[in-house]
Amino acid sequence: MRGRLGIRILQVIPTLLLVSMLVFGLQELMPGDPAVLLAGEDANPTVIAQIRKELWLDRPVPVQYLHWLSGALHGNLGYSWRLREPVLQLIGQKLPVTMQLSAMAIVFAIGIGVPMGVLSAVKRDTPLDWLANAVGLGGLSIPTFWLGIMMILFFSVDLGWLPPSGYVSLARNWERSLATTIMPAFVLGNAIAAVLMRHTRSAMLQALSQDYVRTARAKGLGEWVVVMRHALRNALIPVVTLGALEFGALLSGAVLTEQVFSIPGFGKLIVDAVFNRDYPVVQGVVMVVAALYITLNLIADILYIIINPRLRAA
Amino acid sequence: MSKSLLAAVAAGALALGAPALQAAQAQTFHIALREDPDTLDPTLAQSYVGRIVFAGLCDKLFDINAKLQVVPMLATSYDWATPTSLIIHLRKGVTFQDGTKMDAAAVAYTIHRDLTLQGSARKGELAHVTGAEVVDPLTVKLTLSSPNAGLIAQLTDRAGMIMSPTAIKKEGKNFGLHPVCAGPFAFKKRIPQDEIVLDRYPGYWNAPAIHFNEVVYRPFPNGQVRLANLEAGAIDLSEQVLPTDVPAVEKDPKLRIVMSPGLGYQGITFNTNNGPAAKTAIGESALVRKAFELSIDRKALIQVVYNGMFQPTAQAESPLSPYFDKNIAVPGRNIAEAKALLKQAGVKLPVPVTLTVTNGSDSQQTGVVIQSMAKEAGFDVKLRTLEFATSLHAGEKGDFQAYLIGWSGRVDPDGNLTPFLHTGAFFNYGHYSNPTMDKLLGEGLATNDFAKRKAIYDQVQELSNKDLPLMYLYTLGNIVGMKKTVHGFVPVPDGMIRLQGVSMSK
Repeated sequence: MRGRLGIRILQVIPTLLLVSMLVFGLQELMPGDPAVLLAGEDANPTVIAQIRKELWLDRPVPVQYLHWLSGALHGNLGYSWRLREPVLQLIGQKLPVTMQLSAMAIVFAIGIGVPMGVLSAVKRDTPLDWLANAVGLGGLSIPTFWLGIMMILFFSVDLGWLPPSGYVSLARNWERSLATTIMPAFVLGNAIAAVLMRHTRSAMLQALSQDYVRTARAKGLGEWVVVMRHALRNALIPVVTLGALEFGALLSGAVLTEQVFSIPGFGKLIVDAVFNRDYPVVQGVVMVVAALYITLNLIADILYIIINPRLRAA
Repeated sequence: MSKSLLAAVAAGALALGAPALQAAQAQTFHIALREDPDTLDPTLAQSYVGRIVFAGLCDKLFDINAKLQVVPMLATSYDWATPTSLIIHLRKGVTFQDGTKMDAAAVAYTIHRDLTLQGSARKGELAHVTGAEVVDPLTVKLTLSSPNAGLIAQLTDRAGMIMSPTAIKKEGKNFGLHPVCAGPFAFKKRIPQDEIVLDRYPGYWNAPAIHFNEVVYRPFPNGQVRLANLEAGAIDLSEQVLPTDVPAVEKDPKLRIVMSPGLGYQGITFNTNNGPAAKTAIGESALVRKAFELSIDRKALIQVVYNGMFQPTAQAESPLSPYFDKNIAVPGRNIAEAKALLKQAGVKLPVPVTLTVTNGSDSQQTGVVIQSMAKEAGFDVKLRTLEFATSLHAGEKGDFQAYLIGWSGRVDPDGNLTPFLHTGAFFNYGHYSNPTMDKLLGEGLATNDFAKRKAIYDQVQELSNKDLPLMYLYTLGNIVGMKKTVHGFVPVPDGMIRLQGVSMSK
């Protein structure tokens, strides 16, 4: 098992290198001139030429890439062209926000999706199953942007219970922090809960029809013991994979939800960076997200083994 | 020529805060912005919203008032010693937020930085300035390479923001992360895409006009979200409320709207001479462009897309500008005349036109309305939607036939006309070129005499409307939403949120 883990960790290096080359190459293909955008309404050829020189845009792409890579290997992801702030500093500001929001969203998703999926499978073809399916379908169909605005109008404007924006960190004021993130976390978690519910349901239906479940029942175990200890434990493997992927997707930034609730996370950072052709920020954020994705996949692999000991021998 | 500016004008204007509201001084004032500003270094900054933050952070040598008149700020007056020598008299007793004295040496230091710092966005604005020298502690002299009547207007914006030399020396290129100026509020902190927090500077030269202890600027790129935050009371004042959201704000008993014409305009730039895309009927013939103009009902367009909130126009100058030409009538829709002009031009119908629009919903709607209106006169308008940065690139490269693009506007007419109509100017995307136009624009910049300039710019507008390389559609407006408890806000055409005199009751 250690050997497998070692190989997986070593695979991270070429993967990240490939991602960095891909992102750099794709940015070059993007239409629009960063120097013209940076020069804004005061643009003139002299200013633009100076900006190009300052940002190394007047050099060949491979030279620009190697310059960036050499900095990255020394822990320097460069400066945001627009904000004139170190990219690492920006990532350091946004990552905890995105982590908090993603974690809360996943808690909502698992808290709603998995129990609903289990109930729906156990009570198959009953009104409870139909209701769970309808709720799941609703969660998938409702646009997050619309749901977010509706929640703000209801809970913030009409009832005045929750602040519509104004994120503060957990360390600064945990109550205020939860108050400002509960709505966006619910909006994000709601969509994922629907996906998890449907996957849990189908995995549970499959597990409940297996021989070991019949054996467990024949042994006289209580129905909920059979469901929770035997069926669910096996059914959770694909759900864990999905949960890890969804969590990874959340970390790359929930753009719309962050816009609606003004959460200063990765989503807003990367969207602003793309629109303003702030390439060092795009490059830095994508690299960090890629690294997080790879790590999460690794964690999912480890979790498989914990959930299903039979995989340890493989 | 001499032009003295009375400090009393500013003092009177800035003492707007009602005494009854003094109790509100401990408050924090929350302002919503349409996007996150770029760097907070006045030498390097480019964004429009950044200027709104600077209005609280960095005072300028001069300012403009609601009537677009230049008024004193850090400077009390100026004199043109010669057409290429500007003497600026500074206000006494002003300090930067770090306690450094704001004097002639600081002004010369800032101007020198604006002219020499790599990547400076102020270089173009101060292009004619060759040097700044200290005459005495409260007098500075700017030397110009050639006369530039637009310079004073430039000094009412970022080129006139004076920065603390102590802070510049300490921070170097990181000055934008910890800016120190001579404005009413000092920089406290910034979390990009989240908030910019400024603290009241007790040593501000006009301290009695300031009624808040803290100002927080927060970006909300989505108009609906900005509105929801205003309605929920999370912000006190929002710049750029969408025209379509105005009725909702007006219905809310806790809120009010302040509307005023802005400096900018929306228009259509035609590609008359920039590469193969100019080889079209609309690019080659002013008659066809005139016919296109006559097919558009500006008023109806504004009604459909913007709830009728903006004013139709056929010129670059804001109606509030002294350079606004009242004799230029906005052409009404006249399909018969448009058809006649197309016949006179001898073009084959329908005339194909590709109109490039950006991907904002209002731009696209405007495109659709124009498409439908122009069809009746014999134009076959195809819309090409591009993301903003891509559209700028297309404009620069001449990859367009007609391009719906606006301008945020400048106080001086030179800033609204030369960049778009002069041969080789950067924003002259269509490469329009007319020696008479170039000559007029040069003459307009070279004289400081208002009457002469007005006559010159009237001719420029007239010639522009004849050649029609750019069809002006409407003057942009400033729509500011705020709580009814906000008092003393004065709308100025540049759309900046000036905090002097603004207060809030409970």
